[in-house]
Amino acid sequence: MTAPAQVFPELSPAQQERLAYRRGQGRRSRLLAGTSTVVFLVVMGAVVVLSPGWDRVKEQFLDPQVAKESFPAILEGFWLNLRVLAVSAVLIVVVGLGIAAMRTLRGPVFAPLRVLATVYTDVFRGFPLIVLLYIIGFGVPGLRLQGVPTSPVVLGGLALVLTYSAYVAEVFRAGIETVHPSQRMAARSLGLTYGQSMRRVVLPQAVRRVTPPLLNDFVALQKDVGLISVLGAVDAVRAAQIEVARTYDFTPYLVAGLLFVLLAVPTVRLADWVNLRAARRQQAGGVL
Amino acid sequence: MSIPITTPVLEAERLVKRFGDNQVLGGVDLAVAEHEVVVLIGASGSGKSTLLRCVSLLEELDDGTVRLDGEEVTDPRADADRLRSRFGVVFQAFNLFPHLSVLQNVTLAPRVVHGVSREEAEERAMRLLRRVGLGDRARDYPDRLSGGQQQRVAIVRALANEPRMLLLDEVTSALDPELVGEVLRLVRELKEQGTTILMATHEMAFARQVADRVCFLDAGVLCEQGPPEQVLGDPREPRTRQFLSRVIDAGRL
Repeated sequence: MTAPAQVFPELSPAQQERLAYRRGQGRRSRLLAGTSTVVFLVVMGAVVVLSPGWDRVKEQFLDPQVAKESFPAILEGFWLNLRVLAVSAVLIVVVGLGIAAMRTLRGPVFAPLRVLATVYTDVFRGFPLIVLLYIIGFGVPGLRLQGVPTSPVVLGGLALVLTYSAYVAEVFRAGIETVHPSQRMAARSLGLTYGQSMRRVVLPQAVRRVTPPLLNDFVALQKDVGLISVLGAVDAVRAAQIEVARTYDFTPYLVAGLLFVLLAVPTVRLADWVNLRAARRQQAGGVL
Repeated sequence: MSIPITTPVLEAERLVKRFGDNQVLGGVDLAVAEHEVVVLIGASGSGKSTLLRCVSLLEELDDGTVRLDGEEVTDPRADADRLRSRFGVVFQAFNLFPHLSVLQNVTLAPRVVHGVSREEAEERAMRLLRRVGLGDRARDYPDRLSGGQQQRVAIVRALANEPRMLLLDEVTSALDPELVGEVLRLVRELKEQGTTILMATHEMAFARQVADRVCFLDAGVLCEQGPPEQVLGDPREPRTRQFLSRVIDAGRL
């Protein structure tokens, strides 16, 4: 346990004693943290495994055979989720950025645009996503208009874009407003127009600053693409539902859920990496 | 009034600026001729920075007229963006864009505002950066540079726009004392090359050496102006004397 202490000849005995004490404290708290984690996991595991209904739950939610059989169908549905996710994420960023830019426009000429953007964010942030899905998914095809898409995938994606772009617009707006006015002033002093300084100076800094909350919304979107299943689109959730109905076993739901988790983990890691890289590039030394 | 031989580069007439009830500029008249270096001195809050910002259209005036080469800058019908680009403003806190490299900071306006091609803008930027001894830092980001280096980049960024004149707003106030020299040396070089400069500063020794004219601002009013030997050496106004004696007490002259 006791590693050979690194002794610097120039350190006073008092300081050496202090350092040794702090090292000892550090070891003790790490040991304590490790022990309590193990104890917690063991107790939680025991509570679940020793519960009276464990055998039934294990059979109905954790059946490896069912998991294996349902996996191909769920994976195929998941591929649909991924495509919807990719397309709607891009649209959400574009629409959100546009709405945010509209809300931050100055001058009386732009009052109607500002009002429009404000109403948009108010309405679509307030509207429950599931209700919006029903209204768009079943209402729009009900109009029987020529050329209007009726595919549940497209309409579901549209509902997602409407809701999420309202959230994302507010995140962008917060980012735009936290860029220090001196940056705007510097850009305008060089003769850049309002739009140019927005695009070249303010937005690049705002986007960097809001990357963490945006990725947070992205993870939420990853799960909510599963909601298009309520319109009948055969995505991972719907595929799992079909498998559940076929096998009378809930394991397919767990399989679908784990797929979504697997999707979220790399996103979060990517976000950390992107932020770290940007910070390293811009800051002196490379702290963090 | 005699017939003016040449139009001054900058002409400010009766500039008034209020922030709420607080009058920051109380009718300032000021002209800067071609190749002239005019230094604004005065206590903090005397209106030096506000004057520079109003002149360069970064702050809206409450009254008064500013002309650049005889063209009215304060005309609401004028293209404010184009006019702003003709002033090279350097700020106290540098205001470099932290998300852009040094080279990108310098080439942004030439490319975006003036439509210069990337190669040409970069070539010109590199020439300017080498001139101020920062050729090897072009790919670095501003936060990696020392304050003095950042301020030299900020000056280069202003110069890359080929401005009609430079407005320097206390460009050494945010710098450690040992870094002040490198920035002032650059300003002196620019004067020797004939750049027209209006600058606010607390560096009285520098003002004495470099200024063609020193203007003392007090509570938003141009109290006294003249050649540096006179204003700094033998001020006529009691307020100027009072200000300078405080500066001398602080060991800054």
